[in-house]
Amino acid sequence: MANAFEVTSAPAPPLRAWFKPHRIVLIAIAVGLVVLAATTMRWDWIVRYWPLALQGLWRTIWLLVLTCTLGFMLAVPLGLAQAAGPRWLAMPASAFCTVIRGTPLLLQLWLLYFGLGSLFPQFPWIRESELWPYLRQAWPYAVLGLTLSFAGYEGEVMRGAFAGVPRGQLEAARAFGMSRTKVFRRIWLPQAIQRALPTLAGETVLQLKATPLVATITVVDIYAVAGRVRQDTFIVYEPLLLLALIYLMITGVIVFAFRRLESRIPSRLG
Amino acid sequence: MPPAWPTLPELAPIETLLSLFAQASLFELLAPSPPGWGGTLLRGLANSVQIALGAFGIGLLIGTAGAYGKLYGGPVIRDLMEVYTTVVRAVPELVLILLLYYAGTDLINRMLEAMGQPRIDISGLVAGIAVLGFVQGAYATEVIRGAILSIPQGQIEAARAYGMSPLLLLRRITLPAMLPFAIPGLANLWLIATKDTALLAVVGFNELTLATRQAAGATKAYFTFFVAAGALYLLLTLFSNVIIGWVEKRARRGIPAVGGAN
Repeated sequence: MANAFEVTSAPAPPLRAWFKPHRIVLIAIAVGLVVLAATTMRWDWIVRYWPLALQGLWRTIWLLVLTCTLGFMLAVPLGLAQAAGPRWLAMPASAFCTVIRGTPLLLQLWLLYFGLGSLFPQFPWIRESELWPYLRQAWPYAVLGLTLSFAGYEGEVMRGAFAGVPRGQLEAARAFGMSRTKVFRRIWLPQAIQRALPTLAGETVLQLKATPLVATITVVDIYAVAGRVRQDTFIVYEPLLLLALIYLMITGVIVFAFRRLESRIPSRLG
Repeated sequence: MPPAWPTLPELAPIETLLSLFAQASLFELLAPSPPGWGGTLLRGLANSVQIALGAFGIGLLIGTAGAYGKLYGGPVIRDLMEVYTTVVRAVPELVLILLLYYAGTDLINRMLEAMGQPRIDISGLVAGIAVLGFVQGAYATEVIRGAILSIPQGQIEAARAYGMSPLLLLRRITLPAMLPFAIPGLANLWLIATKDTALLAVVGFNELTLATRQAAGATKAYFTFFVAAGALYLLLTLFSNVIIGWVEKRARRGIPAVGGAN
């Protein structure tokens, strides 16, 4: 069951399509709404929270990139184990994916942060270890939680991708005398990634939409900054609207980047 | 920061772990009646399921209407639907929930005041169902649109040729014929709905995740309770999968199985 909803499926409309009469009217209405919002709503708080918001935005992007990268690196062995591994590897891998996909991310984050966070201090050897100063902060738990979640969803995608590479390709590579690792590196993995690429864009957008959850475990991302504005100034809608706009723009960038990436990779599948 | 924890006497790690589970035994903590918190968790689960069912139902209604709008609507309706599905699918659910939760309750109360009615307190349950349903609707629109497009065109043309009215066509042909194509996507949406209910914990609605956090906070047994709640969610998912498999089999009866790779 694919979790990703194709975000990239529709091709970009040609520029001329934007200038149909009804679209011009709609765009005019939208611009009017934006102007109305800009003039009648309160935006004076932006100046004061600008540096904090920038910091939060940076943290959101940094979390997104780091957890997607780490999660994908974890997803490759997870998918491989399920697609071609022996039973004793495939079973735990598929159990991991089921558990991650079957429970809410919010609960996973709270389990890691509050659960592990309350267990760790009881072990003297953890308290004395070098890692302790990091384990007392919130962001390692956020990174771990988001990484595991991405790995769980993407591992399932990679399982299908690995299984979908035609057998003949692998047999031909073996017949050429390539070693198993070389077959994996040169043939199997590149083709699997190519197959997984369309869903990868969707998964990345889903991961972006998951990042605000880290605000509930005290990581100050862009969402947490909006919450802070709401708490400090009792302005409710303006920060949330701006926040929605920012997420829309980040999604746009992700979709655009993956479209570029996909068009660069030749799409002929053997 | 992780909650403060009273320091225990120095023990070997394994013994510490054992003592943790032994302290105020697991069964006492999870007992269904008041000294234990099992009942609270189960009530939370019932609330979660209720919201998920409501949201999924509303999502189906919006989705069907949205798919019809996208497929057969005029240019303006099509564009508006496109904006709706794009925005909802690109903005985090958490932001949408906050925005719609505050804006929705505020708007309704302002309307009531304008009409000279007293303000009402909108229950978390209703607000949660409405907000999640709105979000689900966007995803359902895409799923159902795709499913309708998968129906062989001849079937719909034949029904039109018989002179069926659009509503009869929807009821007799389009909905039943698209169901087998829509079920995998809709099943996925149902699972997302059950998990998205957890987000309502952030606006303070007492569903499973928030109930768990309260129980954990009161007893300081964070690990135990979050694992227990995770198990409940997982059971819900696995149970749903069994039902889904059964429904899918029933919806696909009479359709020859396609030999797929998986």
